Amino acid sequence: MDKIPILKMGDYLLVTIQVDLYDRLALNLESDLVNMINKHSSKGVLIDISAVNIVDSFMGRILGNIAQMSKILDAHTVVVGMQPAVAITLIELGLPLSGVHTALNVEKGMTLLQEKLFLDSTVIADDTDDNT
Amino acid sequence: MALSIGQLLQKKSKTVLESWINIQLQDDGLKEELLSNQEIRKQSEEFLHSVISILKKEDSQNTESPEFEKAAEILTEISTSRAMQGYTPRETGVFVFGLKEAFLSVLEKEFKDSLVPYADSQKINKLIDALAILTFETFISSREEVILRQTSEISEISTPVIRVWDGILALPIIGTLDSARTQVVMENLLMKIVETESTIAILDISGVPAVDSLVAQHLIKTVSATRLMGAECIISGIRPEIAQTIVHLGIDLANINTKASLAHALRSAFMMLKLEVRKTVEKPKF
Amino acid sequence: MITLNKETIAIKREQDVVFFRNRVNEYAEKIKMGLVNKTKLLTAASELVRNMLIYAKEGKVICEIVTISALQTGIRLTFIDNGPGIADIDKAMTDGYTTGKSLGLGLPGAKRLVNIFDVKTVKGKGTTISITKWKNG
Repeated sequence: MDKIPILKMGDYLLVTIQVDLYDRLALNLESDLVNMINKHSSKGVLIDISAVNIVDSFMGRILGNIAQMSKILDAHTVVVGMQPAVAITLIELGLPLSGVHTALNVEKGMTLLQEKLFLDSTVIADDTDDNT
Repeated sequence: MALSIGQLLQKKSKTVLESWINIQLQDDGLKEELLSNQEIRKQSEEFLHSVISILKKEDSQNTESPEFEKAAEILTEISTSRAMQGYTPRETGVFVFGLKEAFLSVLEKEFKDSLVPYADSQKINKLIDALAILTFETFISSREEVILRQTSEISEISTPVIRVWDGILALPIIGTLDSARTQVVMENLLMKIVETESTIAILDISGVPAVDSLVAQHLIKTVSATRLMGAECIISGIRPEIAQTIVHLGIDLANINTKASLAHALRSAFMMLKLEVRKTVEKPKF
Repeated sequence: MITLNKETIAIKREQDVVFFRNRVNEYAEKIKMGLVNKTKLLTAASELVRNMLIYAKEGKVICEIVTISALQTGIRLTFIDNGPGIADIDKAMTDGYTTGKSLGLGLPGAKRLVNIFDVKTVKGKGTTISITKWKNG
């Protein structure tokens, strides 16, 4: 069965989608990612879709699902590198992917994830301050 | 009369050509500066020969014959090039209808006292009419082509994307936003965002005369698309009367970062990028 | 409208979708359709072919290059299936309405992405949806 490779980099998981997605492949990615987040207790997921030419409502839903599921598992998801034509099409389709973080490229996505993680840790630190 | 109409005209083709060119030159509407005398002669000669070759045939009404297609081809070329050069339909029309006049005047002289046979004059009339219709069709369609090209050129040049700072783009929108233009604006903006790796785009609408719910919808679309790419969008240049209409129309811009002027938008962009613009303190001179 | 080029592609399994999308892509490249318009067409096609697989299990798509004038060329895709048909077409065309488990953006979304959208459906007999996207429109 076809699979999209998921790379583990420290606290983060990195997925680069290089092939044309079809529904089964996308569904597999969803379950694989959720399992990986759980296994490595990852803090962030970076999905690079710069090579993806079409995102339709099904793929859009999968991306939204991944973001929501990882949120429940305490990980942030950032989708990076969306092509302009894909972005315009998604908006016209009526799918603004609210709830999914986005960034221009992998580098900026990494920075965004680190900022989010930093924010999380400061919030936790603040909490402990209050308790003591 | 031994000669057929076609053969007769073939024999007299020089005379026809001269009188035809004269008709064309005498017309008040002709723009001499646009077309040289020689060019008219060359175009006319070529076309005249192809028309005579049609008249020589038995089935001169057949619009599918190779002869007719040849004439149509020449005519299309002339008509298209004239439309592109900005000729009026009248000038192009005189070209074709002048030929009818030239034919008939030559024939009248030829037949002297007796009338030109009805069938023959009818034959010429029908053929020239068919060709005239073709001329106008091609003339108008090439005009339309010019208009379409200009429309797309206008929308291209009217949406410049300016890089105002490292990581900040500005896009002043002048004129009304319709859906076709929004598409061009979005495309240019998103492409430029990718190209310059900018994270903030400022959409300045001070040049947009009015914002109705449709324009607002287009603006919201552009902002959402920018966000999908991973960049933030600020809308600036909202005049008080536009703010009023937006609220009166019940358009929800709550999720959109709006600023009164481009300067304000730039300041907030600097803050987002954690940049600071300060006045340098001059060192006291001793 | 004049048809210049015509081909029928059978859709039986999910894997056919990738082949079908590639064919539509080739057609779009052939007429030099712009990137954004091409993406819109492919996305609309993707939505409709999925609907076909979900609700009718199989079907076929006719791909055509059509033209109405020297200036306007485009691609027409006709999705034909013998499935259950659409019970309430007005409802099916509203955002967020679904009888399945999707987001309900398939039909209305696809309509927004193309220039001409035409549905004919007979309950119990099947559905024919035809979409046309102009090269520059």
